[in-house]
Amino acid sequence: MTERTEQAALPAENSRQADSAGGSDRLMVEIRGLTKRFGNFQALKSIDLTIRRGTVFGFIGPNGAGKSTTMAILATLLAPDDGIVRVDGIDVTEDPKEVRRRIGYMPDFFGVYDQFRTTEYLHFYGASCGIPRAEREALIPQLLELVNLSDKKDAYVDTLSRGMKQRLCLARCLVHDPDLLILDEPASGLDPRARIEMREIMKELKAMGKTIIISSHILPELAEMVDEIGVIEQGRMIAQGSVAEIQHRLQAGRILELRLAGGAEEAVVLLEGEPHVGRVMRDGQLVRFQFAGGDEEQAELLVRLVERGVRPIAFSEAQTNLEDVFLEMTKGIGVKT
Amino acid sequence: MSGQSAAKRRLPDLRTRLINPVLGKEFTLRMRTPRSMWALLFYLTAIGILAFGFMYIFRMDYGLGAASFDPGRSRTMFLFISLAQLGLIAFMTPGLTAGVVSSEREKQTLNLLLTTQQSSTSIILSKLVSSLSFMTLLVISTMPIFSIVFLYGGISPGQVGTVFAFYLFTMLAFGSFGVLFSTWMKRTMLSVITSYGLTLFMYGGTAFLYLILHLMIDSMTSGQPNPPGYSNWLGFLMGLNPAAALVSIFEPELSRSVFRGGWFGPSSAEAPIELWQEYFIVYSILTVIAIPLSIRHIRPVLKRKRKKAAGRG
Repeated sequence: MTERTEQAALPAENSRQADSAGGSDRLMVEIRGLTKRFGNFQALKSIDLTIRRGTVFGFIGPNGAGKSTTMAILATLLAPDDGIVRVDGIDVTEDPKEVRRRIGYMPDFFGVYDQFRTTEYLHFYGASCGIPRAEREALIPQLLELVNLSDKKDAYVDTLSRGMKQRLCLARCLVHDPDLLILDEPASGLDPRARIEMREIMKELKAMGKTIIISSHILPELAEMVDEIGVIEQGRMIAQGSVAEIQHRLQAGRILELRLAGGAEEAVVLLEGEPHVGRVMRDGQLVRFQFAGGDEEQAELLVRLVERGVRPIAFSEAQTNLEDVFLEMTKGIGVKT
Repeated sequence: MSGQSAAKRRLPDLRTRLINPVLGKEFTLRMRTPRSMWALLFYLTAIGILAFGFMYIFRMDYGLGAASFDPGRSRTMFLFISLAQLGLIAFMTPGLTAGVVSSEREKQTLNLLLTTQQSSTSIILSKLVSSLSFMTLLVISTMPIFSIVFLYGGISPGQVGTVFAFYLFTMLAFGSFGVLFSTWMKRTMLSVITSYGLTLFMYGGTAFLYLILHLMIDSMTSGQPNPPGYSNWLGFLMGLNPAAALVSIFEPELSRSVFRGGWFGPSSAEAPIELWQEYFIVYSILTVIAIPLSIRHIRPVLKRKRKKAAGRG
């Protein structure tokens, strides 16, 4: 399949290569102070996020954290309440039509027109994106090949399995050769085989030089295909960087546990103001926090806490691995909201 | 040969220009569902039963053969079929238009459509035109039944044309209301109920209100003669009623009678406006408001928020 799809994707790949040669450092996505409210509920709290051209960005966070809202704003489907959102330098509120030309959006839940055949479905979206029929005639077989649906070109959409529909929707996103793909949980609800197929397609798209934002609430699903990761929780970005950076940070940083005789709330406030201290979590009188300092800084921290009236019973390093740290950072993962 | 191939090349171009992708999609999907065939069958059966039933009753009442069916009665029959068809249009239009946007939202296909290059105007107008095209197909398919009246005389083709123009206008007006509700309301069920509620009010409610208010005012002013030339403002209420407007095209006396001051008022008063004229003006304005509102509401207003944000900054 790889050989065939490489041939099929040649025009797009060439254009991407030319692009990336000229401007790989250009920001494809720039979000500054993005805020979004739904009534009294604040879905996004002043989010900052930048994604360079050609990057595959994994957007990770529990359900209800704000991933889909951020993606819908990028896709011009929701208006931001505050902040700046730019796609390829274009403000989504200033020129949404131009932004739409540059993006391919796949929502977490989507429907299809069941009475269409797969080729008709792609023709419809291609025409809706302004692609002339002659070009579509050549393009659609290539897209179907890319998503491994060539043998289903005459099938009615309602006869396709869920995984096939996901792949067809992905082909739909690519029909106008967008620079940026916004894929909201593309593997959700798929069986393991379909997940692997989807992952293979992602790798091919990455090879084509597309900038991809892909969200998931499952870290392992993203870990091997993304260049950068952003972690969002309760409408706030709590971490962003390359996979290597994040791994380094997490491995370099430690989780420390502080068991207290009382006054845990005050201790949390004190800790949040301390250097080298990252995210602080409290469970009764047990306070866990990320700590990026060395042994010396750890000792100094303990002295300062005691001086300020904190009464520790125990102070030690928690036994965690990378996955545990991610789970702590994205506390609430997998909980349906 | 080259001329033929040039014509073939031009044909798809013309098709592309006339039928945008959303309209093409709506046409294709609508005609692929068996519901459309059943709707056509139901519609023709209903109008056929009404038309032939009316003819049968007339002939039974007078005990006469077809040859003696005089033009005056033919005209009554024409009005009856015209009103029956208007009733069917009132029944079908909300059903065809009140779900065009909300059903896409419920099927989760709307967001995909909104991220294409299709403008909001193109999406709304395509959906409206496609629904109205199907309604037009239904109405045109009843032409053979309508043409029965020509057998008996008394009706000119121009009058039939006028009635069909009136239908098209009514479909456009009520269709645009349906599309507006469908865009505004998240749920199709709510949109359909609101559309039918509005249609029911315009067809039945206006007539009912007119009668009730007329009787009330009449009882209050009983015995007091109205000044000559007095016209009753309640007549304007009947100008909103599609059935009254349709009848007023063929029976100008209807406009005069609804504007007449009270049951016992002077009969010489002229109507300030024909009912069909008022109907055309009011519904044209409402249609012109409803369509842009639908266009504005289908997508989030991004620019306004931007200005607000800039203002804060």
